[in-house]
Amino acid sequence: MKRIGIDVGGTNTDAVLVDDGKVKAGVKSATTADVTSGIIGAIEALGSQTNLKSGIDALMIGTTHFINAVVQRKHLTKVASIRIGLPATASLPPFSGWPAELEALANGGIWMVEGGHDYDGRSFMPLDVHALRQAAKEIRTRGLKYAVVTAMFSPLDTSHEDTAADILRQEVPGLSVTCSHMLGGMGLLERENAAILNASLIALAEETIHAFERAKSKLGIAAPLYVTQNDGTVAEASRAAAFPVFSFASGPTNSMRGAAYLSGLKEAIVVDVGGTTADFGHLRLGFPREANAVVHVGGVRTLFRMPDLISIGLGGGSLIDLQANSIGPQSVGYRLPQEALIFGGKTLTASDIAVAAGLLELGDRKRVAHLKAAEVDAILACAKAMIEENVDRMKTDAGDVTLIAVGGGAFLVPDKLQGVARVVRVEHGGCANAVGAAIAQVSGEVDQVFQGMTRAEAIAAARQQADSRAIDAGADSDSLIMVEAEDTPIAYLPGNAMRVRVKVVGDIRAKQLQQA
Amino acid sequence: MQQLTLDDIEALAVGAWILGTGGGGSTYHALLTLRRLYAEGHRVNLIDIDDLADDDAVAVVSVMGAPLVILERLLDSKQIARAVSVMEDYVGRKFKAVMAVEIGGGNGMQPLIASAHLGIPVVDADAMGRAYPEAQMTSFAVGDLKPWPLTSVDPRGSEVIVGRTPTWKWMERVSRKVCTEFGSIASTCKAPRTGAEVRRWGIPRTTSKAIALGHAVAEANRRHADPIEAILKAESGKRLFSGKVVEVERRTTEGFLRGRAGFEGLGEDRGEKIVIDFQNEWTVVWRDGQPIASTPDLICVLDSESGEAIGTETIRYGQRITVIALPASEVFLSPRGLEHVGPRAFGYDIDFKSVFQS
Repeated sequence: MKRIGIDVGGTNTDAVLVDDGKVKAGVKSATTADVTSGIIGAIEALGSQTNLKSGIDALMIGTTHFINAVVQRKHLTKVASIRIGLPATASLPPFSGWPAELEALANGGIWMVEGGHDYDGRSFMPLDVHALRQAAKEIRTRGLKYAVVTAMFSPLDTSHEDTAADILRQEVPGLSVTCSHMLGGMGLLERENAAILNASLIALAEETIHAFERAKSKLGIAAPLYVTQNDGTVAEASRAAAFPVFSFASGPTNSMRGAAYLSGLKEAIVVDVGGTTADFGHLRLGFPREANAVVHVGGVRTLFRMPDLISIGLGGGSLIDLQANSIGPQSVGYRLPQEALIFGGKTLTASDIAVAAGLLELGDRKRVAHLKAAEVDAILACAKAMIEENVDRMKTDAGDVTLIAVGGGAFLVPDKLQGVARVVRVEHGGCANAVGAAIAQVSGEVDQVFQGMTRAEAIAAARQQADSRAIDAGADSDSLIMVEAEDTPIAYLPGNAMRVRVKVVGDIRAKQLQQA
Repeated sequence: MQQLTLDDIEALAVGAWILGTGGGGSTYHALLTLRRLYAEGHRVNLIDIDDLADDDAVAVVSVMGAPLVILERLLDSKQIARAVSVMEDYVGRKFKAVMAVEIGGGNGMQPLIASAHLGIPVVDADAMGRAYPEAQMTSFAVGDLKPWPLTSVDPRGSEVIVGRTPTWKWMERVSRKVCTEFGSIASTCKAPRTGAEVRRWGIPRTTSKAIALGHAVAEANRRHADPIEAILKAESGKRLFSGKVVEVERRTTEGFLRGRAGFEGLGEDRGEKIVIDFQNEWTVVWRDGQPIASTPDLICVLDSESGEAIGTETIRYGQRITVIALPASEVFLSPRGLEHVGPRAFGYDIDFKSVFQS
């Protein structure tokens, strides 16, 4: 199977060709403002190295476009928010806790109706269908195109959200409806926030993915397009366009997946050292461990599947202060080729130190000859301590771990580190993110409260649901494996209640590839 | 009488979470609710216990329930006020003020929400000085004040009055059952207290203490100073241990979150190990199999950098933490107080020795 993987980062667009599980070629080119021409440039550069004419099976793209839209407050669409939970939840309506300027861009109106469920699956109140039809009329009058439906305890029982979505679509032809249960687990406000961000980004996502499709046909590639997700898997382009929030953190995730693939290791800590930051993550069964915590996106609280990462200001472009013996967090970033000493610039960077120490061949070594060996050693020791501390933070138990070092700044990672059994470096490590995109699989996930079951029964029930979700998303059922299984007992609930989160992944179904 | 600013309320959310000693539930929803009420023009006044007349009626409020359920049902700001109104109708008296049963966690902010709706002030006091898991673990129970009546309401319109129970433990059992039927969340007004009772048995000035704690943390962070030092100074607390989380084990029994967390020392404590048990809140700190701190002293596990409190539900491996102890209210240090909230009340066969006793 022949796949092209592309990772569109803030500075570089990386592309690789993976054939029969081997990386055949990899290129880096500059990211462009319109994204698309950068992608075309990267694929063309890849084509100059290797033959792309014959049978590409899939094109996988990872992009930071959607999260940037939220952070930069650009390209967001107004959304109708429907909350199902009255007479409860009334005092904290949708958009509670949002930054005012972001709410102004996304809030197209709020409707709150009776309905929802309880933690034990009982109906809280019957769904107020009449009020929903009334809301639909108003949404149509206001000309809104995107809506969000959030019902109390919808991760346990999706029926009220599903029924509401059907009614809205009937009454408002062409309305795009995001149901909150598709986006997250327990935590109504956070799940609703994720759903609103999602709906607000669909127009941009559709436009972006059409642009990717145009680039693809311009290059004469007939293979289907997939977009990489926060959890290191991919979604078909149409599904990705409907769920842009699932692509928010795909960059660092792709690096970790690529690191796992290139090293053949499934259990390890990964450090991806770029120009400005070093991202630390923990691979379990070949996938990044996910954070089970609130994640703020552009100032909005959300709670959905994101990799558990630590990001620190350590990279090839980090500024060095010899007096204070410190590195970063400021960095010259993409201006390294102009500003670093080795390129004739005036700024002392981590790359200059590495060249002086003989760790890196780059630029003009004579320009850093004045640095004293003791100064250089002190800075490298400082980088070593930063890496050791954060590797230790990522560990889930005591004992030495394997560390995979990838990214353009991986030369800052020494071979001997406290708490690390060995440091693994891989070929094509600089393009690990694009490799991660190219080899991505499909996933299915469940996060629910189970009661009156043993732990094993609850996990089995969750597994069954996760399997069917993965198969719906295009996975080959024979290849499914469980990569996350977590159960948390719940305080103050009767009946041995526990919250179970299960995730499975599998290969893309071959048939899927042939259809497109 | 002091009118609270929104800044005070933001600080209260931080301070009440620290006094939650690992439990008590998040203060986030209460904070959002109060921001909204303030934006609508509501204001909350705080009065000292010395401003209460002997026969003033004081409402004691709390939200009972599972934190997870609160994540979905959210807080309904009018419910807590309704629980108070139902109690007024039942006892046939108007309340002069409202107070918290527990200052720790989200419940430390509930009286402010009730106050905003009812237009009566909040008494600067509570009955725990922190968070505890059960209703009999209060200074009012230690004082043997009557545990009844109690009102409990849910947003669908149900109102339950528990007219009489023989003991505080029975009140806990019966009201917990009602709460479960409501969906494991209920807004409650506990047995009303007189001004004289609050002055004799209430734990004074805990709301202003939580606000001061929150301000101290914010101020330290603003000045890039050590927020934990600021907390210790504000509360005459004691630093017990600094290190990282190396092990967390949780289970639920009888509806409570029980478990233990293991820590390895860093810095001055390198080479040392401690274990802290919890039952919703942190209960006992162990070193080499010996207890070095226990309830009722407040055991707080804080993020070593931000000073933010870390809850027993969310603590995880690798976090950098500092464990501190804050002094317990004196009412719990008597033999009777220790019967209610000492280590034996949590099933430990050990004697309480305060870390503040030399």
